[in-house]
Amino acid sequence: MQTAQQQDMTWHDICALNDIPKNSGVAALVGDQQIALFSIGKEAQVFAIGNYDPFSNANVLARGIVGSIGDTIVVASPIYKQHFELATGQCVEDETVSVESYAIRIDNNRVFIGLTA
Amino acid sequence: MAQKKKLVVIGNGMVGHKFMQAIAELNGQDGAEEYELITFCEESRLAYDRVQLSSYFSGKTAEDLSLVEPGFYEDNNITVYIGDRANHIDREKQIITSDNGISVEYDKLVLATGSYPFVPPIPGHERENCFVYRTIDDLEKISAAGKTAKSGAVIGGGLLGLEAAKALKDMNLETHVIEFSPRLMSVQIDDGAGTVLREKMEEMNVKIHTGKNTSLIEQGKDAVHKLNFADGESIEADIILFSPGIRPRDELARDSGIEMGERGGIVINDQCLTSDENIYAIGECALWGGMIYGLVAPGYQMAKVAADHIAGKENAFKGADMSTKLKLMGVDVASIGDAHATTKGAKVFTYINGPEQVYKKIVVNEDSTRLLGAVLIGDANDYGNLLQLKLNDIPLPETPDALILPQRDGAVAGIGVEALPDTAQICSCFDISKGDLCTAVADGATTMSAIKECTKASTGCGGCTALVGQVLNKELEKMGVDVNTDLCEHFPYTRQGLYSLIRVNEIKSFDDLIEKHGTGHGCEICKPTAASIFASCWNDYILEKEHAGLQDTNDRYLGNIQNNGTYSIVPRIAGGEITPDKLIVLGQVAKKYNLYTKITGGQRVDLFGARLEELPDIWKELVDAGFETGHAYGKSLRTVKSCVGSTWCRYGVDDSVGTAIELENRYKGLRSPHKIKFAVSGCTRECAEAQSKDVGIIATENGWNLYVCGNGGMKPRHADLLATDLDRETLIKYIDRFLMFYVKTADRLERTATWMNNLEGGLDYLREVVIDDSLGLAEQLEKEMESVVGTYQCEWKTTIEDPDKLKAFKPFVNANAADSNIVFVEEREQIRPANEDERKQLANA
Repeated sequence: MQTAQQQDMTWHDICALNDIPKNSGVAALVGDQQIALFSIGKEAQVFAIGNYDPFSNANVLARGIVGSIGDTIVVASPIYKQHFELATGQCVEDETVSVESYAIRIDNNRVFIGLTA
Repeated sequence: MAQKKKLVVIGNGMVGHKFMQAIAELNGQDGAEEYELITFCEESRLAYDRVQLSSYFSGKTAEDLSLVEPGFYEDNNITVYIGDRANHIDREKQIITSDNGISVEYDKLVLATGSYPFVPPIPGHERENCFVYRTIDDLEKISAAGKTAKSGAVIGGGLLGLEAAKALKDMNLETHVIEFSPRLMSVQIDDGAGTVLREKMEEMNVKIHTGKNTSLIEQGKDAVHKLNFADGESIEADIILFSPGIRPRDELARDSGIEMGERGGIVINDQCLTSDENIYAIGECALWGGMIYGLVAPGYQMAKVAADHIAGKENAFKGADMSTKLKLMGVDVASIGDAHATTKGAKVFTYINGPEQVYKKIVVNEDSTRLLGAVLIGDANDYGNLLQLKLNDIPLPETPDALILPQRDGAVAGIGVEALPDTAQICSCFDISKGDLCTAVADGATTMSAIKECTKASTGCGGCTALVGQVLNKELEKMGVDVNTDLCEHFPYTRQGLYSLIRVNEIKSFDDLIEKHGTGHGCEICKPTAASIFASCWNDYILEKEHAGLQDTNDRYLGNIQNNGTYSIVPRIAGGEITPDKLIVLGQVAKKYNLYTKITGGQRVDLFGARLEELPDIWKELVDAGFETGHAYGKSLRTVKSCVGSTWCRYGVDDSVGTAIELENRYKGLRSPHKIKFAVSGCTRECAEAQSKDVGIIATENGWNLYVCGNGGMKPRHADLLATDLDRETLIKYIDRFLMFYVKTADRLERTATWMNNLEGGLDYLREVVIDDSLGLAEQLEKEMESVVGTYQCEWKTTIEDPDKLKAFKPFVNANAADSNIVFVEEREQIRPANEDERKQLANA
């Protein structure tokens, strides 16, 4: 997540790290953007992608089951089960489809999402 | 246009109907003549499965036995004269006349008149309560007489006689079998086999009298009849069934001067043509090569040959194999080829297991390289292999006795299917060859279930199931298809394998499971599967911290997610019975939260359109009013549908609602490989449609009949009758075992109907496991079920009482807002989700 864009980012304090159940997701609202946050593995690695599922047109990705395909961490949409890569927002089944992905920073056990201004 | 030529078929038995199916497919195709089709059916009903006749006494109805697909005769424009016997053929004018005075011209005529049971002219054979055993009408008469009788005797100890004896046994009558020759089934089996078979029958309390020639039937002292034997002995019985053998129904042909065999039977050639070039004969009335074929499979072959010949296609009947395998009162009996070793130089190997009453014999040729025949009693698992060895003339292993010796080291006996030629017939009921199966696999039928569906193989007697499975696996292997039964990339096990690991090693969390037995992070396949198995085994609250993330969204939020991300709510209404007060509560809650309401097919009420954050409040009101979760979101017991039963219905035989409620409350919350639906009908009118359910129960005057593995939906499947006339306690015991065995062995998302289709050994095997406890599992299965029943909790009650769990129902972790994307519009005075255009319009307004 250490990119050159980081200077232009606004960091939003979302929740405590343990507000996200392990290996599971929650939704967050920043402005009018719905974001799905996930915490993966023992080391509680956090990912953030858009919550809007382009296949069902519903805000549901945070309610999907997380898992892995090979080494890639993914979430499966709870409606029609397409997979999205948590690191990039890319849809696995359809390369023309992707959702937003967001930068994450953990500070003092708080989870921050970085949005470009 | 010239008038169509007429093809008339006399006889609508199994073979006559098979001919109709064959000709309907060919009629007018590929330039063949298109005939007008007409058939005479002497009986009052169209073709039915005579082979399964005795199942009429174990609960099947005349409709169950029917072979005619609804609409078949109408769709193919076939004129059928039901209940009308053709009584004369005028060959010169080519006209048939019937008992009802109908006369029909024919261009081609097919005789499929079948056979009749021979009644020996014993003095007294015309007394009342003396019957033959051939048609459903016969069965109805026997059944009526059975109501007042205490005992019955069958004259004839052959295959059909023993079938008839089963019917007497099923009516709970004291049963006698009287056979003229010194052993049972003397045509098919030898002395050694006859002894084992007799012991088995006697163990089931059937009284066997061999070497008895009945000389007189007269008024009995304690029963209706006294049967006197030539040796001076006698027995008494209330009912007598004559089944000493069959004779061809050839009188029509005989009277019209067609060539007959010396001892009866209509002589036919390889095309099934009689001595009249316009008349064919097929099935048990026909004599080919001096032989009458009294089995259905050769009859079917003749039907096909005659149809092909009429349609101008080449085909020939070249004789048929008379090998048979059947179950007589639960005893496996099979006979192949030269069972009596009459071939010159034939050698015999015999295996006898006294304690288990198994008898196996093979007959091989002089130099022990080819199989000539076999007899199997008590265990006919080798039948498929042996039959293929014989039919395809395959060289035998160096030690042929290995073919029938028990395989102690778990190796599979017999030939590899690879040795079989493509022409080898694998399924004799539907005449499916190995080549047919290979083609089906190549065309994409890569599961047992798919094979059954597209070829019908092994859906008849089921005797070839194992062989079909072997062909399937071999073909997949050849095609380079990795027969991968792994659940997913994270676990190299089937669901059943995973179930055993979890159960045996008492694994209780997914982290533990994947660390010890899997790789990666899991996925939306293995996580819910593991969660379901944990629930089946240990029945923890499914939203416990370590389980919550494993659940599908429906289970995770205890509701059914809908297309706009809202949920539906279905409280349990056991048996479909609800008080007015509770009904009012449902209405009030729906009104208060503006929910769309609909009555479900499972006799309850579905409330749609609840937002995630509304779920706890709605459920609190429902739980406070005495409702429980209905598990509509779970792969678990859904509903037990019922009719009102004897409480209200003037036809009801038993209390179906009470039973439904008891069952629903017993099995509610049981997590399983897929959803489970029950129904209970209070009488055989079956208003609850129990035979389309995973578990269906129907009240009869003698107790409950238990049906299993039915399904409605996309692939309807009629349920199988597992057991009859059960009392309440046995009913529950059997359902406990059945459900737990399904939970233990089914694949992920495999409904009971598909599970049954894939179950090797099918219904018989399931009966053995559930009723006879052949695996010694019954007690354990009951105990496991008891544990699930004893640890039931209403998941919604637990959830609303735990503030920590309620957090999950907040739409956003960082804000108290609602999802603005969820928009409803009104339709027919209720809400529905807005579609894309409506949403945009509303946003711009």
